[in-house]
Amino acid sequence: LLLEQLINGITLGSIYAIVALGFTLVFGVLGIINMAHGEIFMFGAFIGVIVTTTFGLPLWVAFIAAIAVTVILGYMLERFALRPLRGKQGVSHLAPLISTIGVSILLENLSHHLFGAGNHPFSNAFAEINFKIGSITIYLVQVLIFVISVILMMALSYWLSKTKAGKALRATAENLETASILGVNTKRIITLTVIIASAMGGIAGILVGMAFNSVNPQMGLSMGLKGLAIIILGGMGNVKGAMAGGLILGLSETLIVAYGNSGYRDAIAFITIIFILLLRPQGLFGQKTSEEGR
Amino acid sequence: MRKILNKSFLLMSVLLLLALTACSGNSSETTGKDESGQAGKTVKAKIGVISYLSGPGAAYGEAITSGFKLAQKEINEKGEVNIELVTEDSAGKQEQALSAAQKLMSSDDIVALLGPTLSTEMNVVGPEADLNGIPIMGTSTTAEGIPQIGEYVFRNSLPEALAIPASIKKAVDKFDVKKVAILYGNDDVFTKSGFDTMKKTAEKMGLEVLTIETFQKGQADYNAQLTKIKGLNPDLILCSALYNEGAVIMDQARKMGIDVPFVGGNGFNSPQVIEIAGEASEGLIVATPWFGEKDDPKVQDFVKKFEAEYGKKPDQFAAQAYDALYIMAEALKNAGEADRDALRDALAEIKDFPGILGNFSFDKDGDVVMDPTVLIIKDGKFQLFE
Repeated sequence: LLLEQLINGITLGSIYAIVALGFTLVFGVLGIINMAHGEIFMFGAFIGVIVTTTFGLPLWVAFIAAIAVTVILGYMLERFALRPLRGKQGVSHLAPLISTIGVSILLENLSHHLFGAGNHPFSNAFAEINFKIGSITIYLVQVLIFVISVILMMALSYWLSKTKAGKALRATAENLETASILGVNTKRIITLTVIIASAMGGIAGILVGMAFNSVNPQMGLSMGLKGLAIIILGGMGNVKGAMAGGLILGLSETLIVAYGNSGYRDAIAFITIIFILLLRPQGLFGQKTSEEGR
Repeated sequence: MRKILNKSFLLMSVLLLLALTACSGNSSETTGKDESGQAGKTVKAKIGVISYLSGPGAAYGEAITSGFKLAQKEINEKGEVNIELVTEDSAGKQEQALSAAQKLMSSDDIVALLGPTLSTEMNVVGPEADLNGIPIMGTSTTAEGIPQIGEYVFRNSLPEALAIPASIKKAVDKFDVKKVAILYGNDDVFTKSGFDTMKKTAEKMGLEVLTIETFQKGQADYNAQLTKIKGLNPDLILCSALYNEGAVIMDQARKMGIDVPFVGGNGFNSPQVIEIAGEASEGLIVATPWFGEKDDPKVQDFVKKFEAEYGKKPDQFAAQAYDALYIMAEALKNAGEADRDALRDALAEIKDFPGILGNFSFDKDGDVVMDPTVLIIKDGKFQLFE
């Protein structure tokens, strides 16, 4: 039973981690908390449902379609909600936050109109594949979610630390003006960041749809808030921190239900986060810097 | 550069404006035609509708207002009563429901209110309506104590206190149940009150309650709770959930290998459960005032019309809303005038009204008197459970 609960926790944690990775990427570069990330994630899930259930197309098409749509959404988000506010005189540093909240509400209402308010099933033969070890049933999707989250995390940290684009991105994160003086096309880098983050949201959306067989327009909000808590826990803008934070939250939520009272699930999970932050205010993997890079 | 920025600003503001108008267009819709010049016998009345039209429970508001609109069309076609509906969105929030209600009440033309959708909302709107002396009827408020708020407060939704014991009793008799596990949503008065009734009924019947687990609205992952329940091996799971969450719970439970039957409350009773959970929904037992397959020409007629109009099968909420407007129309006809007090008295006297839900009467509090039907999902559809 413990093993089963651990699998549940790791699955949930991996999903949190993928969502948080998208958050942390945008925050790391732009210093913006992208409140629309959860809704982009939700759109990815819906695209997955439509492609596989309504059109009956195979799963890989769903992934491609979801990534394509979320990339477009990410681009529009950056182009219309973030870029006009950047580098302007007199724009409050909270303005981008508010405009992403606006986008998130817009997307949620839009999906109400497009898809309806109810839950949509994500019926897919792939989601049914499972194997039994003793009395424990493990679904391939659960394994896949964990593997994908690890791959994404590793690919992302490799990309950030080793490749040219990644270096440019980090330079941009360090200081936008200096980077642009030094010949980094910051506009492109920022757009790229938001797009990559959105695409990851789309992937996470499909994985959640398959794992829990539940897709609805409200799923973005709760995932978004959890993702936010995780990047604070893991250290703002830190890729490994997002992964570790996601797993910690997922496991603690699951274990509280398993061995305690499910009514206190979120309360205890968040008390844990507060406690960790009291001990390590910069987050698990955050660096102690006097000045945050923007 | 500046020009581009300006342009994109313009575009964004246009987009925002569009979004705003789209929202407002949705929240306050006035439906109904002004058919003046009818014979003097026609009672003309405006009725306010407060419904949950945006947010997590918007599916209910959608079903409910669809039911109202269909009934309105038919009633107005008959011509004895002419009803105009003024719809406001409560978004499932108490304060918004209250301000919507106040707005409607302050208009003297409005003789009665239908809604709000949630019992939580009714708990704040009901006293206010009672104070203002305007009859209010909930079509989906099933928590305990709603009609007792005041003498202007009615409901035609079967309370869980009547429905749940009926279904638990039948399930226990049939499956020889000794041990049960309870799972409920603890952030909604509706599911919470369903849970209270379940617990009370289980204790009264001498069943062993193995564990009580909770979840929240909109949750996607129930594996932790279900794994725990699975380990305890119950004979029956009592699950007080709305159908959106409930269907997902059943899906995840069946995937995990839990194959005992479920007993659900009113909110769990919707054909959507079958649509969402598919085969996993087999074995869900609910008591219902509404059974769409009933061998009753009135019921079949309603189902046909509803499907033609909205392209889907009506659920309990649509059916209750439909009947509620008919009850209102009947009371208006009996009252003979569009007056709040006369309407209240006429409502209180409704007895054995032949609606699509069955023969309907109000008791002295304005609560429902009728017999629930117990159903089980079998072979992909709701069937009579015997």
